[in-house]
Amino acid sequence: MTEPTGQARPEPIKAVPVRHPGRWVGIVVVAILTAMFLHMLLTNDAFQWQFMFDNMFSEPVLKGAWTTLWVTVVAMILGVVIGVIIAVMRLSPNPVISSAAFAYTWFFRAVPRVVLLVLFGNLGILYAEVGFGLPFGEQLLGLFGLEGSGQIFGVDANKILSGLVAGLLGLSLSEGAYMGEIVRAGIQSIDPGQAEAAQALGMGRGLTMQRIVLPQAMRVIVPPTGNETIAMLKDTALLAFVPVTNELFFQLQAIGSRTFQVFPMLVAACLWYLSMTSVLMVGQYFLEKRFARGVQGRAKEKLLKATVPTGAGIE
Amino acid sequence: MLRLDAVSKRYADGTVAVHDLTLDVARGEVCVLVGPSGCGKTTTMRMVNRLIEPTSGRIVLDGRDVTHVDPVALRRGIGYVIQQVGLFPHQTIEANVATVPALLGWDRARARARVRELLELVGLDPEVYARRYPHELSGGQRQRVGVARALAADPPVLLMDEPFGAVDPIARDRLQAEFLRLQAAVRKTVVFVTHDIEEAVRLGDRIAVLRQGGYLEQYAPPRVLLGAPATAFVADFVGSDRGLKRLAVTPIRVADLEQPPVVPASATAGEAGAALDAAGADWAMVVDAAGAPVGWLTRPGLVPQPAPDPVPVTASLKTAFSRLLQADTGWVAVVDGASYLGVLTPATVHEALRRSVAAETPPGSAP
Repeated sequence: MTEPTGQARPEPIKAVPVRHPGRWVGIVVVAILTAMFLHMLLTNDAFQWQFMFDNMFSEPVLKGAWTTLWVTVVAMILGVVIGVIIAVMRLSPNPVISSAAFAYTWFFRAVPRVVLLVLFGNLGILYAEVGFGLPFGEQLLGLFGLEGSGQIFGVDANKILSGLVAGLLGLSLSEGAYMGEIVRAGIQSIDPGQAEAAQALGMGRGLTMQRIVLPQAMRVIVPPTGNETIAMLKDTALLAFVPVTNELFFQLQAIGSRTFQVFPMLVAACLWYLSMTSVLMVGQYFLEKRFARGVQGRAKEKLLKATVPTGAGIE
Repeated sequence: MLRLDAVSKRYADGTVAVHDLTLDVARGEVCVLVGPSGCGKTTTMRMVNRLIEPTSGRIVLDGRDVTHVDPVALRRGIGYVIQQVGLFPHQTIEANVATVPALLGWDRARARARVRELLELVGLDPEVYARRYPHELSGGQRQRVGVARALAADPPVLLMDEPFGAVDPIARDRLQAEFLRLQAAVRKTVVFVTHDIEEAVRLGDRIAVLRQGGYLEQYAPPRVLLGAPATAFVADFVGSDRGLKRLAVTPIRVADLEQPPVVPASATAGEAGAALDAAGADWAMVVDAAGAPVGWLTRPGLVPQPAPDPVPVTASLKTAFSRLLQADTGWVAVVDGASYLGVLTPATVHEALRRSVAAETPPGSAP
């Protein structure tokens, strides 16, 4: 030892951990409440666990779950597409285009989804027939003294505007309004220098949006879109108002009403939505990871930086 | 190569950013646009690739009026290095550099080969950097990638908008040296915007000094600009120390060097003393058999002492003068490679500078 003589070694510090009595009280309270809740779940007969599990996976319920899933996916895809279009329109320097986008957003955000779905379910009253052709075709042809409607093809509105199509339409249009705002926020979060750089290198407006702005905006867009998807999954329960009957919640409730076992089926609905939402959350995690490429502060890259010295000997 | 012909930019609210500007840039020349903020230098540069449309005038590129061609196609043929670099953070370095080749529809193999070539050219190892993302690089490295990206499709013209503004002074100095080396290799026609007159003097073949409102004050090589500022504005802008700045652009002339007696390293003290007497000098340079300066000697000892580090003859007077100020001998040896050419003293520096000023000053005008 090379310790200088005559100098006492400092005594080891007696470190006393800071006490957190409040935390302990909290833990005890939470533990007791959890125990009470579990006890209630297991002992209260109204839950009818066996009955619930027997009926939770019956064929109509599984069909309903499938409907819920695909309606969610399709409505979200349509919603995102509408949202991107609305966002780009909103940011247009042309006042007509941007106010049209504003009006769309205003309307579809202001009307509750339930009302919207009921409205779309009854749209058949407004249009007897849905057709594609010349706008104002009948009137225009009339001007030239011709007979006809200028319509290329048409279908009975009551056939397509009922049930699922009306529901899908209502959900997608409403989602488009929300997604429009999310996408707009994402686009605006990107440094205008990026678009300028892209243009200076010879990209047109469309290409700049598609290759430079939107991919970067995705990082801002994806998390709220995940929330929207989860909200959409839950909102498919509103399809019952269109009415669409082969949807998850309606099916579970139907079993409940038929058997007079309402509560177990409500619990079953909770479990179904919980599990489907959890799956979506996993998907969201991977999406976020994908679009965080090239962003500082990611754990993986920090690790990489620590192990590989960047720019050794060059800068 | 590039000609701006009476180009003006007037905004709708009446402000004039660029006023009737006529400017010629020869092929392979670096034209630096310099001036205080608001002088229209960036606007001028952006009109060349039509990021800003000129209000009047013509811009002729390689004999072709570009004021009415498709701007997107035009930009693919003009390299652009952007302020704050402007790399795309969501793409790898390779994808960034290959932006324009991809737009031009090159096949992958060709684009990839070009990226490797360019990264090597700007001094980044493609093996290490091609797959990285911009944020994993230092500011200086990112700037190099920015230059590589601008050069990707081998455009004849390069626009650089304050490219070295966002890096620290040490990295900037290195990047400037790198730029000069690169430019000597690729010989592009460059329009370079900066507000830093030092940078302009160092990098420019010709410098255009602009005043607020987009008026061209003087367009001349750095030596002329510093030796004979055309207007009071230019004199003020280049600074009262423009004599010092001139040093940076004045080369060392062998004819200007002083020639003290030279003694071979193998000589005895007696031989050295005789050499001093013969020349009537009080000190002598000692060189080895290969002609490299190894030291100097003086009375009474006549023993060789270490000499200050020699200056290469290719250096500017600025470097030499700086070395001279640090040397306690009052002189510094100049070498060509390793062989000794002569010594530079304060008097010779002054003489060289005065003569080069006189050479550029038109008779009758104030220096």
